[in-house]
Amino acid sequence: MGANENNSAKPRARPIVRLGIFLISHSNIVSVVCFTAGVVALLLLPILAKNTYISENALMPGSANNMLSTHHVSDANKFIKDLTDLEFRSGSSPIESQKLIAHYMSALDAEVTFHKFYPQFNHFHPLHFFTSPDSDIISENATCSSFGINTFGIIRAPRGDGKEAIVLVTPYNPNKVGLGEALSLGIAYSVFSLLSHVTWLAKDIVWLVADSQYGEYSAVAAWLREYQAPAFRRVDIVNSETCNESSTFNELGQDLYLDGKLYGGFRRAGTMAAALVIKVAEQGNQYEDSLNIYAEASNGQMPNLDLINIVNYLAVHKQGLRIKVKKMWSLLGSKWLNTLGVIFESLGRIARSLNPQWKFGIPATEYVEGAATLASSLYYQGLGVPTGPHGAFRDYQVDAITLEISPKVSLTKMIRRNEFILRGGRLIEGVIRSINNLLEKFHQSFFLYLLTSPSKFVSVGVYMISFALLVAPLPIVAAYLHSNASNSTPQNTSALEVDASHKSWKWLNSARKVLVIHLWGVVVSLLPFFLCQVPNTTPTTNFILWGSLSASSLLILYLILGSPIFEAAVSLHEKNKWASLKSVTISTAFIGLSLMSVINFATAEIGALLIVPICLLARPLKLDTQARSWRTLLRASCNLALGFIGFPPVAFVLLKGAFEDFYGINVSDYWNWLESLWAWNSATYLYIGVVHLPCWALCINILFHPC
Amino acid sequence: MALPLKATFALSLLFLFSLMLAASAEEEFSEELLLKPLPDRKILAHFHFRNEAPLAADSFARHHHLFPKSISQLVQKFHIKAMELSFTQGRWNYERWGGFDPISSHNAKPPGVELWAVFDVPQHQVDASWKNLTHSLSGLFCASINFLESSTSYSAPEWAFQSALGSLRYGTLPREAVCTENLTPWLKLLPCRDKAGLSSLMDRPSIYRSFYHSQRLHLIMPTAVSDGSKSGIILEQTLTVVLQPNNQKASMNHVGETKIQPSWSLSSIFGRKISGRCVLAKLSNIYLHFERGLVTQLDNLQKKSSKFAANDTGPEAFRGNAGFELSVTPERVHTELEKSSSVLYEYPIKEYKEIEQFDLGLTWKHPVVWSSSHAPLYASRFLMGSGNERGAIAISLKSTEMTKGLVSANNVEERCKLQVNVLQIVPWYVKVYYHTLQLLVDERPQVLADFVERMRVSPSEDKVSPGVMELVLQFPCEMKSAVLSIEFDKGFLHIDEYPPDANQGFDIPSAIISFPDFHAGLQFCEKSQSKSPLLSKLQERSPVLSYTEVLLVPLTTPDFSMPYNVITITCTVFALYFGSLLNVLRRRVGEEERLLKNKDAKKAVFLRRMLNKLSAKLRGRPSESTPSPPSSSSSPFVSPKLILRVLMVAGIAVAWQYYSQ
Repeated sequence: MGANENNSAKPRARPIVRLGIFLISHSNIVSVVCFTAGVVALLLLPILAKNTYISENALMPGSANNMLSTHHVSDANKFIKDLTDLEFRSGSSPIESQKLIAHYMSALDAEVTFHKFYPQFNHFHPLHFFTSPDSDIISENATCSSFGINTFGIIRAPRGDGKEAIVLVTPYNPNKVGLGEALSLGIAYSVFSLLSHVTWLAKDIVWLVADSQYGEYSAVAAWLREYQAPAFRRVDIVNSETCNESSTFNELGQDLYLDGKLYGGFRRAGTMAAALVIKVAEQGNQYEDSLNIYAEASNGQMPNLDLINIVNYLAVHKQGLRIKVKKMWSLLGSKWLNTLGVIFESLGRIARSLNPQWKFGIPATEYVEGAATLASSLYYQGLGVPTGPHGAFRDYQVDAITLEISPKVSLTKMIRRNEFILRGGRLIEGVIRSINNLLEKFHQSFFLYLLTSPSKFVSVGVYMISFALLVAPLPIVAAYLHSNASNSTPQNTSALEVDASHKSWKWLNSARKVLVIHLWGVVVSLLPFFLCQVPNTTPTTNFILWGSLSASSLLILYLILGSPIFEAAVSLHEKNKWASLKSVTISTAFIGLSLMSVINFATAEIGALLIVPICLLARPLKLDTQARSWRTLLRASCNLALGFIGFPPVAFVLLKGAFEDFYGINVSDYWNWLESLWAWNSATYLYIGVVHLPCWALCINILFHPC
Repeated sequence: MALPLKATFALSLLFLFSLMLAASAEEEFSEELLLKPLPDRKILAHFHFRNEAPLAADSFARHHHLFPKSISQLVQKFHIKAMELSFTQGRWNYERWGGFDPISSHNAKPPGVELWAVFDVPQHQVDASWKNLTHSLSGLFCASINFLESSTSYSAPEWAFQSALGSLRYGTLPREAVCTENLTPWLKLLPCRDKAGLSSLMDRPSIYRSFYHSQRLHLIMPTAVSDGSKSGIILEQTLTVVLQPNNQKASMNHVGETKIQPSWSLSSIFGRKISGRCVLAKLSNIYLHFERGLVTQLDNLQKKSSKFAANDTGPEAFRGNAGFELSVTPERVHTELEKSSSVLYEYPIKEYKEIEQFDLGLTWKHPVVWSSSHAPLYASRFLMGSGNERGAIAISLKSTEMTKGLVSANNVEERCKLQVNVLQIVPWYVKVYYHTLQLLVDERPQVLADFVERMRVSPSEDKVSPGVMELVLQFPCEMKSAVLSIEFDKGFLHIDEYPPDANQGFDIPSAIISFPDFHAGLQFCEKSQSKSPLLSKLQERSPVLSYTEVLLVPLTTPDFSMPYNVITITCTVFALYFGSLLNVLRRRVGEEERLLKNKDAKKAVFLRRMLNKLSAKLRGRPSESTPSPPSSSSSPFVSPKLILRVLMVAGIAVAWQYYSQ
């Protein structure tokens, strides 16, 4: 627009500038094209996914024969039997089972240690986002009675130098031993008993039986804290005089160290190379034994893809396990996705008929599965909450995954159980052997990826495209609005000189408004911290309290800073004020999304899908209704709908409905969800509070702008 | 005349005397093997070879009978006063295999290569000698000891080793892999190699299947008591292996019952028997050592089963006991002076015939559980923290049953103190902040000055020298545990300073913890005092020494394809920058506008001219507006030559396309 007028008078600008001006002047088309392209690119991701491959040559999975024999399995069975018998025996304390485990471990010449910990309940520490867990924080309400005991054994590699270790974790609740937990312990035991006398071991093996009565994650996290960042100072809160229970712990220790073992302290074994969490699902109703892999750690961090690859390779090619990663089940049946799949399939077929070299079509069913897996991958990465105890390892830069093996039928039958343990054990053995081969730490393969199936992935270079396309219109539209707002005024001004200086800084006014709203966002996201201090509240009341407090704080802001911000000023430029406000809003949204994409890509991607359309479309309803053409009315209704969707609780309900189901959703769910987010130090919480909510509020403000 | 005669007589006498002296101090070689059952069902085998040569003025030039010439040349060339080189694989388990006996404090070494040497040269030449020595040894032992040449990898500690202030250099290579290629040159130094004698037991597969394997070479130049000059060279070569007797029954695990110790024999653990002694050796013995704890347990067993003939005191009694039985009757038994003392069975090796080779076997009859004696404090070291930025090293010291005994023994007297020397060497890329050194005694933070007797710190210098910290600590004996922690920042290396497999991480060599007040040594009865070098070594009072674990610090490593990326990116950035800068510098705005206008004008003129030309051609006569001859012929767009050229190229291209298909 601006370019056209000056074209004749001035010499032509350089091509890059011309291109920029061209884009800005056609921002409407550009934004529509970019946004649709972004959505299409996102939908295309299942097709663009590549097959996984083992990148690190040293891993060599499956190149050695399995050494785990039925002999080890029968040992494991004996162990399981002893463990479950202990459970049935009345009057046995939970300590007994730990003793038993320790006994079995030390019989394998492992160095056994008990680790007593006080569960650290997650609290909202506003300033502790992104910081590594601090060893000094000890939960205030740690009482004498509530402590857990982790039991762990270390097998030293016979000829190794002890610099590195591989960790096996089996969560286990001593108060209530289910068959699944007992079996997972059995699998770990069979592997452990094999590893205690193999000659090829180069890294030490640590088997951690994590006491999961206060949650699997907190037990593993407590152990890791002790391992990596111990507090040597004595815990003064809990002194031994007041606690009788700790004497049982001491007795536990005494029992073990009598027989020639010397060192009663916490034992360590080098730098951790990788960790595997083994779980057995109680009852699987599938057609075959299957293996679920959980990999997402906090803030969407993933373990190295090679770790998933070796598990996948060994499970599929060696043990014949059906491998699964999480899927959005609700998406599997959706019709629109299926049609999309069919369309892509036919497109692929056409392309292949044109040139047989082009192979990008995949079958529709595969597409739907891929999309469902991708959606879940995005969702769980975006949530930023670890999907299992493996998340604790990622905080210390250790690659870890959780393997949940689910049996085909009930495991009460002995023969079936033996086979199951053999298969599971051999899988774990193979994975450990592979990691044992590894000379360097995992670095070769991808860390940034989305899975579309256990054997297919989308790397960062591909999935960035859709996000880049989604956010690309934002700066262009902002520039367009800015130039438009500053250029459209001069026609009706008399005092040009005064206005020119005023006009160029006019956006600062809008920027101030945007800044204040963002500050409000910060306040809103800090409010739960204070709400948590109020005792005896239900989530519903908390949520209502929070909502009303946020609204009232907005009102207070309005009252205090009312005149410069919300004042319906009667200036001449009022007409364009919304445009400059929108321009600044869009810029901040762009900056926020870009920053978030670095911290947690999946959040940024989902957030962009929600916030970008409203940002691009927002336009005062008054203007649209005044125009009264079908186009403006459509836009107005679109705006209203998008504005409704963009409201965080509504977006949450919709997402939850889409991915899980609508059944039984109530207001308190949102509060619980947010509580879990901040408890896990998820950056998504910050994103919602500091970027999404203010941008949404500003867009709504623009919608209802009086002009 | 009488005087010269007398003089010649005296001279000849002197000559004779010196000859006699030389004859008396002849080269000596002895070979010995010590076997010791360990509490965790393993066997310690400790080969000890000692080679002694007198040192005459010309002895370096002379041919030696037994002593390896390469070593004597080494000694002569680099003026070595003492030296120790060890190649180790595996870790010595201080907890199970003991930390308070001569074997563990002499032969438990950190994994990889450890070398220290004391030089008899002026201070400023020490480094040069060290560097040359590392290269020579590297060639001699087929190992990359030459990496110790770089000043970043060795240091000069002062208190850890008592001897030789200033002229001692110490370096370790924790990542050096040890294998037969290092053993073979080591064996070549023995007069019988591994062809005869005890060294013929060294079956490579069984040695390298061991849990701990340490080959050591120790050079000493003992000084004569009279005038302090060197009297000879002593070369001690030891090989310490910890083996697991392969026992099928033992692999079965029986939970809840104490396992019986596996019975073994020389042929079962080494796969070979001894067919005879090395004829060049002056002494060739095998010893079987039962440590204190085991002897006590065996005595208890004996008492329990007292129906065994108690009056049987012949040598046959040594052969067996209620707990065990030996396949060969020992020649001699050495017992320690103290009440509950360790026992040493001695077997001299003779020449054996083909059929009856020497094969010592031990059969256990009852399960025996005992534990080895431990060093006063059990030391372990670990890393703290996570991430690529910073971390901390912690050395934790825990009291053992030994210090508990000390407390009970000394509680009447003045407060007993336990001295601990700590030597910690860190490479320069681990930037240690020495002011962050913290000491926690019994889980309470303490002022460092209360416990530190002496302290010597030489901070690391980037790419020049490692950081060395030596501490002499005094702890109260009743102390339960102590933790020393020190923080560090992880440095960045230059791209070509990364070793191969840089992503594995970087090693921090073992710290050395020594207890100078405690001496590991066995005291045997006077009568059993023999000429055996191994026995005298065992009786030597030497401070207790233990090594901590090697640590692995993950450092930030670049993506090693990065140089390429960096080059491309910097080139692009530079090109863009200089391009635009030149563009701006070269451009004059007014000039440009004028040029642009001109161009526009020219374009118009050209168009008009073309039109004119066209019309003129159409009209069939030369246009009047062609002022110059070149314009008619060399108008670039209509030149027939050009068209011809284009056609030719196109033709070639088409032909090529056709031909290639």
